[in-house]
Amino acid sequence: MLKDITLGQYFPGNSVIHHLDPRTKLIMLVVYIVALFLAVSWVSYGVMLIFLLAAIKISAIPPKSIVRGMKPLVFILVFTGILNLFFTQGETVLVQFWVITITLEALSRAFFMVIRILMLISGTFLLTYTTSPISLTDGLESLMGPLKKLHLPVHELSMMMCIALRFIPTLIEETDKIMSAQKARGADFESGSLMDKAKALIPILVPLFISAFRRADELATAMECRCYQGGDGRTKMKLLRYRLWDYQTFGVGIVLIAAVCVLRSFGL
Amino acid sequence: MEPILQVQNLNYIYSQGTPFEHQALKDVSFSVERGEFLGIIGHTGSGKSTLMQQLNGLLKPTSGKILLDGKDIWSDKKLTRQARFRVGLVFQYPEYQLFEETVYRDIAFGPKNMGLKDDEIDRRVREAAFAVGLTQEQLQVSPFDLSGGQKRRVAIAGVMAMEPEVLILDEPTAGLDPAGRAEILGHIENYRRSHNATIMMVSHSMDDVARLTDRLLVMNGSNLAMDGTPAEVFTRAEELLEMGLNIPEVTRVFLNLKKMGLPVEPVYTIDQAVQALKNLRGGDAEC
Repeated sequence: MLKDITLGQYFPGNSVIHHLDPRTKLIMLVVYIVALFLAVSWVSYGVMLIFLLAAIKISAIPPKSIVRGMKPLVFILVFTGILNLFFTQGETVLVQFWVITITLEALSRAFFMVIRILMLISGTFLLTYTTSPISLTDGLESLMGPLKKLHLPVHELSMMMCIALRFIPTLIEETDKIMSAQKARGADFESGSLMDKAKALIPILVPLFISAFRRADELATAMECRCYQGGDGRTKMKLLRYRLWDYQTFGVGIVLIAAVCVLRSFGL
Repeated sequence: MEPILQVQNLNYIYSQGTPFEHQALKDVSFSVERGEFLGIIGHTGSGKSTLMQQLNGLLKPTSGKILLDGKDIWSDKKLTRQARFRVGLVFQYPEYQLFEETVYRDIAFGPKNMGLKDDEIDRRVREAAFAVGLTQEQLQVSPFDLSGGQKRRVAIAGVMAMEPEVLILDEPTAGLDPAGRAEILGHIENYRRSHNATIMMVSHSMDDVARLTDRLLVMNGSNLAMDGTPAEVFTRAEELLEMGLNIPEVTRVFLNLKKMGLPVEPVYTIDQAVQALKNLRGGDAEC
């Protein structure tokens, strides 16, 4: 069912990672991604993997739910793997028939590409699983703060993001309801050609869009009734503050990126 | 005659095998006779909506059986699809499911899915629209230009046009004004008479169910707690109140009168109350 989608869901918990400042987690994610793209060999990927597994272990997020979240991405992974496998030039030929040539270089490149995407996504999941949408947008707003100087509506942007995240589960529930109602009138979403299936979506999409606009309208009215005004002069109830463990985490991040750089300079 | 619907030892568990597992129905059994007007009451989360979605095959029971005309609706794919049409289900706030360009086409959606001929669809659409009090002109306007109460009628007509033998409605009058409520309930009663149909209605208005239904099912904590005529159910007023449910206003008044020592039996509709008071007056001059 639609309800089983776990993409970007927040799992409340009590681990150190849950309690880190959202800004720390965002910065660490960027550091992690940069390190991942700097890594070129088995050894450096190994270091990255150990770091990732340790972080998952500390966060106490069941590894099962991370694996489950990957399911919708299987297609992209397979696609990337195949593309790299067939279209990478190399010297050591392993298999050759008809127009297809598979070389050792292609094999290792395809493998690394898939591993890289997997680790990239696991890292992002770790962030969304351990950070509530509200503190995530809070962190983003604070990190983008300097852009205010360029007259970028930073607060409004993060508010929009926060609202969008908030409404994902609501809209999923709504879709479920509308689907049941149309099924009760004999709508069939499973059988028929691709064209039929696309047409069958109209009875779901129209009511869904209408209700999304209605909700947006109601929310806007409610915010206006409370004299909501974003940006300048607005104070926060919960101020973000770096603590000791945030600085320690930054230390780990520096060590990680330094390690990968050193390994890279040795060609590993 | 055989009951039209039989529910046997029905169990339903949501998201089985995940941390969000939740049993919504526990060993529910009952049967529904042809032409009956059945009321379902129970507080929020007692399993009413889940139960209704089982009856037309939208949700598959975890265990147990649903027999329509004596045949298990899950024994054959064709029977499951047939159950969708023979048991019409009107969801809560059905006006949010409207999607077509005109009222006519929206009401025709169900009959069209049944694969009926064009003139039969036309007959059914006009009949259903008339049955819920929509005018000919309204058939050609966009459903989104109508008022809330009229949208609700269009949505109900959309299900009635499939001419189901069993019509199930989940709080059809929620959020309507008193006049709108009375009208919708009248249309439902008329549908039952004209099509000799069976009606099942979920409602939070005890006055409505007391006045309209032949039999009441009371859901409590995923269980079927009571099954009987309104008279039988409402005499167990204390149990109902304990479940967080209400009793009709007149029943409450009469229970208090009885407590005060007047020789009255509990009633549950206004008509009965009038009769009871008249009897009291005839028998006892002081009153």
